[in-house]
Amino acid sequence: MKPFVTHTGIAAPLNRVNVDTDAIIPKQFLKRIERTGFGQFLFYEWRFTPEGQPIESFVLNQPKYAGSTILLARNNFGCGSSREHAPWALDDYGFRAIIAPSFADIFYNNCFKNGILPIKLSEEQVDELFTRAETYDRYELTIDLQAKTVRDAHGLSYSFEVDDYRRYCLLNGLDDIGITLQLEEKIAAYEAQRR
Amino acid sequence: MKPRTLFEKIWDDHVIHEEPGKPSLLYIDLHLVHEVTSPQAFEGLRLAGRRVRRPDLTFATMDHNVPTADRFNVTDPISRQQMETLKANCEEFGVPLADLNSPDQGIVHVIGPELGLTLPGKTIVCGDSHTSTHGAFGALAFGIGTSEVEHVLATQCLQQHKPKTLEVRVNGKLPFGVSAKDLILAIIAKFGTDFATGYVIEYTGEAIRSLTMEERMTVCNMSIEAGARAGLIAPDETTFAYLKGRRYAPQGEDFLAAVEKWKQLATDPGAVYDRTVEIDASEIAPQVTWGTSPGMGTAVTGVVPDPDSFPTASEQKAARDALAYMDLKPGTPITEIKIDRVFIGSCTNGRIEDLRRAAQVAKGRKVAPHVHAMVVPGSQAVKERAEQEGLHKIFLEAGFEWRDSGCSMCLAMNPDVLQPGERCASTSNRNFEGRQGRGGRTHLVSPEMAAAAAIAGRFVDVREWYKEAKEEVYQ
Repeated sequence: MKPFVTHTGIAAPLNRVNVDTDAIIPKQFLKRIERTGFGQFLFYEWRFTPEGQPIESFVLNQPKYAGSTILLARNNFGCGSSREHAPWALDDYGFRAIIAPSFADIFYNNCFKNGILPIKLSEEQVDELFTRAETYDRYELTIDLQAKTVRDAHGLSYSFEVDDYRRYCLLNGLDDIGITLQLEEKIAAYEAQRR
Repeated sequence: MKPRTLFEKIWDDHVIHEEPGKPSLLYIDLHLVHEVTSPQAFEGLRLAGRRVRRPDLTFATMDHNVPTADRFNVTDPISRQQMETLKANCEEFGVPLADLNSPDQGIVHVIGPELGLTLPGKTIVCGDSHTSTHGAFGALAFGIGTSEVEHVLATQCLQQHKPKTLEVRVNGKLPFGVSAKDLILAIIAKFGTDFATGYVIEYTGEAIRSLTMEERMTVCNMSIEAGARAGLIAPDETTFAYLKGRRYAPQGEDFLAAVEKWKQLATDPGAVYDRTVEIDASEIAPQVTWGTSPGMGTAVTGVVPDPDSFPTASEQKAARDALAYMDLKPGTPITEIKIDRVFIGSCTNGRIEDLRRAAQVAKGRKVAPHVHAMVVPGSQAVKERAEQEGLHKIFLEAGFEWRDSGCSMCLAMNPDVLQPGERCASTSNRNFEGRQGRGGRTHLVSPEMAAAAAIAGRFVDVREWYKEAKEEVYQ
């Protein structure tokens, strides 16, 4: 897994609550057997007409948000299906971090497994970021996972909380399976005792 | 010993390793696998040269992509490849598979309980958010992502942060004509789609105790729509009676011994939940969702709400967006909403009791001429049972299509898809934009409400029909 230490990029505001993983990656694109190549289908039904033409009003199709790598979102982002294709699609499109007041559990967890940082800020703070992203042209944020801060070039600086262990794994790009297999003896002992 | 909740007992029993500041390592008793969320996990094992640690605790089936008409003729080449990939992976890694040829095939959350794989006190995972269904047996069951599927395949364990506990106490009794689906929809409408995020729910109370196992599964199934990864119900005599004689359940003396153990799982008197909410079952009416989130629902006797009536700006915007997508006007009575399609099935409502209740409504009636209705049994075993009981004849005579088992139009990965603008009464679990097909409009209801809507061509209060049936009997 690729590590996440610091990241600076353009923030795109997606102004909807309860964005579900069906919206992030519609089911017709879940049939691939690879982890890659999902970015082209991200938010497909909001991004493209049924004929495949870009819908200009959708945030990611607006020139001021082209190349954005940080997604600003609303409450309960990532709800619904457990499909990891959702973070794969966000990652493949180029997003490194998502900022929202709250996330659905499975999605939140899946992000960390894929080197994406989901950041919880208060509703007021997220409101402020939405306003700035809509006001300034090509509004950039800098995320520092070591310092647990989100900053912009206009003096804004927010701290965020993240579980220490998740932060440690993400900073170092650690693979969970490798970590667990270090406990092989304990697993084997547990299995033996239950037989 | 400190009194513990049902959840805490199962959790404690499965923790292999704990360190301060780190997630716990939890042993997994049953790993269910399907074709959509597993290919990348098996590929990961291959790349790392790893094996499946416990194929005997792993069970696979194909359900999401499966055609429900002419099932062996998979016309979509990518769907076919995904199913063939699962078959090849199961052969390579020695995982038992119920494929399209198997009489055991069906929706993963229908066949687990049916086969007796799902048992009280187990930890159960699957790369599918509706794994919460199995909590109906007092198992700790939750959905995981594909990275975690790979982790469980390789280690039979999962790194988990301990969730908090939430008691949903359902007081009173469900009124006549009101189903378990109405109960869970009413819970989500009342408390919201994220009220249980970070928690494991335990459903308690008089109304829960009087539910059948299949009704309990319907309730636990939609825990995820309230934000909870898992929803549990303490095992009791209803649970044990359901499990007795199931193929993979303990048999004979072993079963009696298991029951004694399972009886110890119930939450101890005096155990404390992190949070408790209550709802009165006797006040619940049949539910119909009007929006694009499962919490956007109301009683069939109600009207489409005015977005301005919601307390916050973001809820108002969400309701306005939903009504625009659903093409509904505030103030419209629910019973004036006409429908084009009906889907009866899914892991929420595709079991035999669901089909019986829908058939009871459909019996001797005809589907409205403008409505296309279909019944998709949750498993091949449900299908066979329904046919033994003659339910398929009732549906076919009424004008419903009678299909093979699969996830079907719950998520429309197979050819069962809504056309843009079509409005569907669906017994599934999600009314998200585009869930049943781009531009499709989904209203979530119970099986009996869906059957009644198919016949009337619009939503109706199915309780009125039951009343009429009673009056006819008395005359």
